[in-house]
Amino acid sequence: MSTNGSNGFEPRLIGFLCRWCSYNGADLAGTSRLKYPPNMVPIKTNCSGRIDATHILKALKEGADGVLIAGCHPGDCHYINGNYRTAGRFPLTQKLLEQLGLEHGRVRLEWVSAAEGDKFARVVTEFTEQIRALGPLGWSAQFVDESVAAPAAEKEAVPA
Amino acid sequence: MSKFKFAMYWAGSCGGCEIALLEIKEKIVEVDQNYEVVFWPAATDFKYKDVEGYDDGFIDVCLFNGCIRNSENEHLAKVLRAKSKVLVAFGACATMGGIPGLANVASAQEIKDLVYRDSPSIDNPDGIYPQERYEVPEGVLDLPHMYDTVKTLDQTVDVDYYVPGCAPEAGQIAAVLDVVTAALKGEGPLPPKGSTVGVSPKTCCEECKRVKEEKKITSFRRIWEFLPDPEKCLLEQGLICMGPATHAGCGARCTGVGMPCRGCYGAPDGVLDQGAKMLSTVASIVDAPTPEEIAVIAATVPDPVGTFYRFGLPSSLLRRARV
Amino acid sequence: MAEDRIAVYFCHCGSNIAGKVDVDKVVAWAAEQPNVAIAREYKYMCSDPGQDLIKEDIQQHGINRVVVAACSPTMHEPTFRKAAAAAGLNPYLLQMANVREHCSWVTVDKGEATEKAKRILNAQIHRLPFNEALDPIEVPVNPAVLVVGGGIAGIEAALKLAATGKKVYLVEKNPSIGGHMAMFDKTFPTLDCAACILTPKMSAAGKDPNIELMAYSEVVEVDGYVGNFKVKVKKKARFVNTDTCTGCAACLETCVVRKVPSEFDQGLGKRSAIYIPFPQAVPLRATIDAEKCLTLKGKKCKQPCVTSCGPGAIDFEQKDELVELEVGAIIMATGFELWDPGQDARYGYGRLDNVITSLEFERISNASGPTNGEIVCKNGEPPKSVAILHCIGSRDLNYQEHCSRVCCMYSLKFSHLIKEHLPDTEVYELYIDMRCFGKGYEEFYRRLMDEGVHMVRGRAAEVTDLAMSPEEEGRLIVKTEDTLLGIVRRIPADMVILSSGLAPAKDAKAVSQTFGFGCSGDGFFLERHPKLEPVSTITDGIFIAGCCQYPKDIPDTVAQAGAAAAGALALVDNPTVKVEPTISYIDPEKCAGCHICVGLCPHVAIRYNEELKVAEVITAACKGCGVCVAACGSNVPQQHGYLDNQIFAEIEGAMAF
Repeated sequence: MSTNGSNGFEPRLIGFLCRWCSYNGADLAGTSRLKYPPNMVPIKTNCSGRIDATHILKALKEGADGVLIAGCHPGDCHYINGNYRTAGRFPLTQKLLEQLGLEHGRVRLEWVSAAEGDKFARVVTEFTEQIRALGPLGWSAQFVDESVAAPAAEKEAVPA
Repeated sequence: MSKFKFAMYWAGSCGGCEIALLEIKEKIVEVDQNYEVVFWPAATDFKYKDVEGYDDGFIDVCLFNGCIRNSENEHLAKVLRAKSKVLVAFGACATMGGIPGLANVASAQEIKDLVYRDSPSIDNPDGIYPQERYEVPEGVLDLPHMYDTVKTLDQTVDVDYYVPGCAPEAGQIAAVLDVVTAALKGEGPLPPKGSTVGVSPKTCCEECKRVKEEKKITSFRRIWEFLPDPEKCLLEQGLICMGPATHAGCGARCTGVGMPCRGCYGAPDGVLDQGAKMLSTVASIVDAPTPEEIAVIAATVPDPVGTFYRFGLPSSLLRRARV
Repeated sequence: MAEDRIAVYFCHCGSNIAGKVDVDKVVAWAAEQPNVAIAREYKYMCSDPGQDLIKEDIQQHGINRVVVAACSPTMHEPTFRKAAAAAGLNPYLLQMANVREHCSWVTVDKGEATEKAKRILNAQIHRLPFNEALDPIEVPVNPAVLVVGGGIAGIEAALKLAATGKKVYLVEKNPSIGGHMAMFDKTFPTLDCAACILTPKMSAAGKDPNIELMAYSEVVEVDGYVGNFKVKVKKKARFVNTDTCTGCAACLETCVVRKVPSEFDQGLGKRSAIYIPFPQAVPLRATIDAEKCLTLKGKKCKQPCVTSCGPGAIDFEQKDELVELEVGAIIMATGFELWDPGQDARYGYGRLDNVITSLEFERISNASGPTNGEIVCKNGEPPKSVAILHCIGSRDLNYQEHCSRVCCMYSLKFSHLIKEHLPDTEVYELYIDMRCFGKGYEEFYRRLMDEGVHMVRGRAAEVTDLAMSPEEEGRLIVKTEDTLLGIVRRIPADMVILSSGLAPAKDAKAVSQTFGFGCSGDGFFLERHPKLEPVSTITDGIFIAGCCQYPKDIPDTVAQAGAAAAGALALVDNPTVKVEPTISYIDPEKCAGCHICVGLCPHVAIRYNEELKVAEVITAACKGCGVCVAACGSNVPQQHGYLDNQIFAEIEGAMAF
């Protein structure tokens, strides 16, 4: 869809944004007319603490090449310490994903406050370029029908 | 009245499920009264061609255990699906991949390389690997084709009911047989298709007798490191117990003897991915003053795949490691 | 269940969206999507005709789910949900797709913006079938209001609210209200005496039967939610019984500890260990400084304060007291701190005599200040030359990027006061730009130019006492580039006033965390919307006024305080308030009672029911973070509005192509 990809690959990204800080930070990037790549679709929850590993895995399974979680800075959480839970889940999720063969940078956690429109734009830009450099993930595409009956040439993706 | 036709098959399986069936003890007599065994490689001598020769729907109930690891498993799954009125995914391997499903962290070739070439105890100077086809003067010998990805039964064929567990508990097996037998006799309804039969909808914690309080973990421990308090919740003691993300049904026998739950009964209803959920649970109860410290402690969990997906990697959202 | 009939409305927002997104293309595509019955575009969906489109389609075409692709839901979700409700559709069956802030405004390429808009929209189209009809939760509102900070902003807000008959708690951390304004001599540009206009208000606040003044007190804990805050206030021990103390000040004269630098006088004057910060203090009560009082330090003292006190108000046994308040709304008016110029060694503050801050000059020029209003140097001599350095710690990328908005004007005021007191003294204003934006401000600037003040356009580079000529000997020299003349100048002065910028209070971050809203990048409290809701915070029911939000002058502060009071009144004047129903619930049939969620709830809104052996959500206390949902191993707690299947559906929609 784009012309700016050096390798012609446009990453498809999901960004989970908490409503109070990061979503508003993204809004501020908009009202400030900052420009960043169009690759990430934001999904809003009240708190980043609502997002568990299931949502990240689901996004990857549905074809996301990378997943961003953005929440309030520690101490700024609208729910006191909801983002502390995010902070705990994230590295363990990352460790799991690395064990499953994903590169370290496929998922990313950032604290973006409602005042940090510039940081939001920078994070999305960086993350898009980071995933572009890693290349497509295409998780579901790797599930080919291995039945011996199907000749190799006709192997198809199995709907997961 | 003629007996109902019963089949039991082991695909990628250890055989434990077959033995578990005998755990129903004298109830096996009742099974014998109601059913005629038409296929059960562990107990009776039938050949594949016998089964292939049955009419579709000939078998009333088939308990299928084991995962789909190779072409033979898949072939039998398809045959038994066609021949059975009721196909039950029996045990952790058939329902969610089971222990053999952990092979999904590697490809078939990587596994063969390790087993036939790289393992320190291997002496194989000629690099001989098993061949899928070998021609001898008497004819062609073949071995099943080993797949890269272990699959569950329902990723292969349509499944009617699930009986999880490694292995399923006797009480649950008896309950399943009772329900199905009653339905076949017209004495009761069949449970809704796709249900996990004979278990409470809650989690293992419901059945666990240990005292549960608020959980705040400051470090993770392994069972060999200390003697856990016999009354307290194991998770509160820093042991990763899968109980909170595991379907009830086993009677919490492991935690009863001080072993943390490993999750063999699979995800509770409404949970998409048991491992991801339990990982999130465990990481959520890590307690430290700063997010950085919480992150450091959470990341000390060794082997997340082996811990949280011990039985369920093939049925998880991602199903396997990247190939 | 009735079939899902989704209507999609795509707003042009003039050219804000349509200028970047191919609206026709997206709408044509949307019309083909599953469950979509109607897809329309309109110039301004938020206008009445735009809202009428939604209403008509709901009433005439059996639409039962709506997605409006437009601006951020923060902006207009309430507008559209209200429209849906007016047409008989449950408002929570309407979702917004943010294609302006998150798409058209941030994307360069039109084709890319169009594709992204489709994906954002598709996430909501996929989500909608999983949306449930929800009813806002109505909770009672406590009519009392807490005002934190007793400067001019807090006083003004408290008086306004008290005038409506509402109970107001005014909490001030210092022994007296009055704040910074009480320290000023004159106020720009009208040169009214600050005390003359402030003290009547202070006194009124102290006497108002509806205002409970809690000076020398600090908020330590805030719990609850809009309409129902529970606040713990620590009343610090004054060691003086405020009920019996008459404020006669007899004790002050007798105290043997007499050389404590006075905070009110910026350390230029002295006070005793038992003190009243300034004569017009409200409440006019003595306070013992526990760190200076000999008795309280466990040393020997004849305690002349006790003997001099007629009513016997001294009480060395007094302890800090924790008071619990219940209020419906909170106004934050915690003010600012002067930027500490000691942070930049070039200005010599703290190192060179007669380099003073603006606040110190306020005290020096004040008739009731340490010099009785005489403008003198440290040696008691009037300065022959004064340099006033603008933008100290403001408009400086090394320290604070922001403009402090008041320094130009108060600097001009200083020039005027100096010229008034010492007509022969040379006064230099070293400025970057003169920012005289208020009513009568530019006029004041012109007036000053006629008063013989030297205006030097250039930021001061350094203040030094290293003389390079006989006439510089023994004086301060300000080095600067005069950018209008294009030369480097050395300006000799006997007094240098640093027009320090306004900085966020050092504890602003901690305070914002206690109250549960945030700070912006500059460290000041973050308003909910910079233009439309400058007095609200992201926490419903908490308002901000004055310099805690951003530097501002007194007229703006008073105006904002009034607006904050109106905001609070609009809330607490109602018997109930509706809160978002996006809270968690637990199905007792599924909960195994493992206790994981119980200890995790940040708002202690989950309790364990010993009888049923299950966890329960306390609806009124749940704020809807969803931490319990993510933490439960069996997904038993679920959160209305953010159900797992709704989030999963959004993911599927966003990733569908």
